[in-house]
Amino acid sequence: MGSELNRRDALKRAMAIGLVAIPSASLLSACASDSGGDKPAKAAPTGAKSANNPLGVKKGAPLEAFIFKGGFGDDYVKAAESVYNTEYGISVKHTGTQGLGPKLQPRFASNTPPDVMDNSGADNLDTAALAKQGQLLDLTPLLDAATVDDPSKKVRDVLIAGTIEQGQFGTQAMYALNYAFTVYGTWYSNKLFQDKGWEYPKSFDEMITLAGKIKAAGIAPFTYPGKYPYYVHFDLLAQIGKVGGKDVLNAIDDLEDGAFQVDAVKQVIGYYEELAAKKYFLAGSEGMTHIQMQTAWTKGKAALVANGSWVENEAAPTMPKDFDLAVGPLIGTGDSDKLPFGTLYAAAGEPYIVSAHGKNPTGGMELLRIMLSKKQTDNFTNTTKSLTCVTGAAEGLTLTPGLASASAALKAAGPNVLNARIQDWYVKLNQETIGNLTAQLLTGKLTAAKWIEGAQKAADATKKDSSVPKFKHV
Amino acid sequence: MRHGKYRFIIGFLAVPLALYGVLVISPFVQDFQISMTNWSGLTPEKHWVGLANYRKIIHDDLFWKALWHNVLLLLIVPVVTLALGLFFAFMLNVGGRRKGSASVAGVRGAGFYKIIYFFPQVLSVTVIAILWQQIYNPDPEDGLLNSLLGHIGLTSLQQSWLGDPSIALACIMAVMIWANVGFYVVLFSAGMSSIPGEIYEASLLDGATRLTTFFRITLPLLRDTVATGWVYMGIIAMDAFAYVQLMSVNNGGPNETTDVVPLLLYKTAFRDNSQYGLAAAMGVAMLIVTLVFAVLTLRLSRRERIEF
Repeated sequence: MGSELNRRDALKRAMAIGLVAIPSASLLSACASDSGGDKPAKAAPTGAKSANNPLGVKKGAPLEAFIFKGGFGDDYVKAAESVYNTEYGISVKHTGTQGLGPKLQPRFASNTPPDVMDNSGADNLDTAALAKQGQLLDLTPLLDAATVDDPSKKVRDVLIAGTIEQGQFGTQAMYALNYAFTVYGTWYSNKLFQDKGWEYPKSFDEMITLAGKIKAAGIAPFTYPGKYPYYVHFDLLAQIGKVGGKDVLNAIDDLEDGAFQVDAVKQVIGYYEELAAKKYFLAGSEGMTHIQMQTAWTKGKAALVANGSWVENEAAPTMPKDFDLAVGPLIGTGDSDKLPFGTLYAAAGEPYIVSAHGKNPTGGMELLRIMLSKKQTDNFTNTTKSLTCVTGAAEGLTLTPGLASASAALKAAGPNVLNARIQDWYVKLNQETIGNLTAQLLTGKLTAAKWIEGAQKAADATKKDSSVPKFKHV
Repeated sequence: MRHGKYRFIIGFLAVPLALYGVLVISPFVQDFQISMTNWSGLTPEKHWVGLANYRKIIHDDLFWKALWHNVLLLLIVPVVTLALGLFFAFMLNVGGRRKGSASVAGVRGAGFYKIIYFFPQVLSVTVIAILWQQIYNPDPEDGLLNSLLGHIGLTSLQQSWLGDPSIALACIMAVMIWANVGFYVVLFSAGMSSIPGEIYEASLLDGATRLTTFFRITLPLLRDTVATGWVYMGIIAMDAFAYVQLMSVNNGGPNETTDVVPLLLYKTAFRDNSQYGLAAAMGVAMLIVTLVFAVLTLRLSRRERIEF
């Protein structure tokens, strides 16, 4: 019995602590400033700016880091912290955790947040909501600071295109530095494909033909994690963008009226309806976690999965040595698509945020600047088999098969890189509401027409809901 | 002297009462307060919105759906758990065959069974949920349940347990029952061992069957223990948060068929744009439902105490 009660108690206690702290905090702030609600950021400790210290970090000022410890672990941050420690003569207070949100929430409410956070994972705080509430520091000074490796280059100049946009929430201010760069797509074992003489297809029709062959070979063509059905959206949303062009995808992100009722959506969802009708998904996928799904896939029970480049690290324990992981670019209806074959869905992830009301925001930005140095990005790529948001950071490294494939695909895509913001702007809408529809679509319980109707209805409801902050492409 | 006595009592009661007031009562009061605001939980500021949050949850289909699932849990989980607990406890204590002079005895190896039954109690809910998530793994080779069904030739019964909307909630209920039944076996065993053996002996002399002794003697004499267990199980059924959050697909899925109010509250507070005020209103609704349940149960089960 104890455990449930403990959890309830813990939740209550967390609220209680927040509640006890709030009145005192608001009283203090009322005394401190006449302006009332809007508080200016606390005066941060500053030191002299220099070539090595362009942001002006004060030596010896304490710094607290709160890091999501997920697929990437948190050792790469600790490596950067040790550099910070020697540089500024302190020891960064480091917390690595998977349950970020419940731990951070009372600290934001009582106005004593940590300085720098990796706000990622299933239990993260809503970055968009934090940004709208004025809790996050605008990281523009970091973007304009010199890089660690080359004083003549600004941080802004070394970031992969799209990284800055990914951290923006409807304005020019960048509130999150997305450190990892993820290439999404359809992942498969190149060895399996070569052994069987299969070729990665270019269009829906070709894919359906190939899927027939795969099924005939006794392997399920596709699998997906039913526990997190939005994994399928990594492909599905991007395919809509490939078929109909960026505008169609942006219309969905902007919650425009009738954004789902266009031809591109009908074609893509119709394709999934056909896959489901032909039973091309591994039986039981709808009840699997992402780990169970990846295990079935690495064991060769299914051929293709929609996933992100983190899969190479995450599935490593079960992936055979000669798996030869590869990612295929997006497929669409064919040459009539708005974007060519080779178009990719890729986005910066792992949002690092700095609190506007922390004790040492300058130090928080400095830690991020250190993390963007060549030494740290190399370390990240080598240990986690993932790309960072720094251009060319993977150059000169020996890449693992999956990473090499992702890197090559990204290069080949050139400017044709898609990114659906509905995934981070309207998390509930994408993951849960539309995710539920997708889960039903893939089990054949829902027709494509009903999926489109449901998705449109859900988007309209989100648009009307005044409690959801709205964002638009700028 | 009398004055000194009161000072003594007050002295002892003041600290626990103060702690209770600060840690238990005040959060409840503040929860009411927060439920009248549009607080996000992320900033020190909050604005008064009156009953708007309550109006919102009344018109929220998902809330009613989640509450209905809690009610289903409330109707099924305690009944099955307590019935199984009673049955096992009865078998372990008085269900065995008479051997030698002892007229009342449990089945062979009762002590061992008791430990086995109690075992899930030692595990945390998280461990239980993860364990069962693996058991329910739909893969016919990796999933324990499905591979077992396959081995005994019942491939037609293989399911994607947690992914099938028609059985997902029942699968989670089964785990809750599995996790809790052992506690009641031990609790009821203790209750049964305090029932004098002479009563059983007398009834056995009169030719009562095992079924009769259970319904005419054991159950009536255990009424208080059962009622307490009922309230306790009811509160667990009203919660179910950890089981659903850890096991269900898509956080209360598939297609919201396993969503429960505490999970909805959690999602509202910590995920969906951090709506603390709305979540607090759900908390108040939960408090009311749980209180009504507890009061009703205790009222209905109140009877004259039997002395023995």
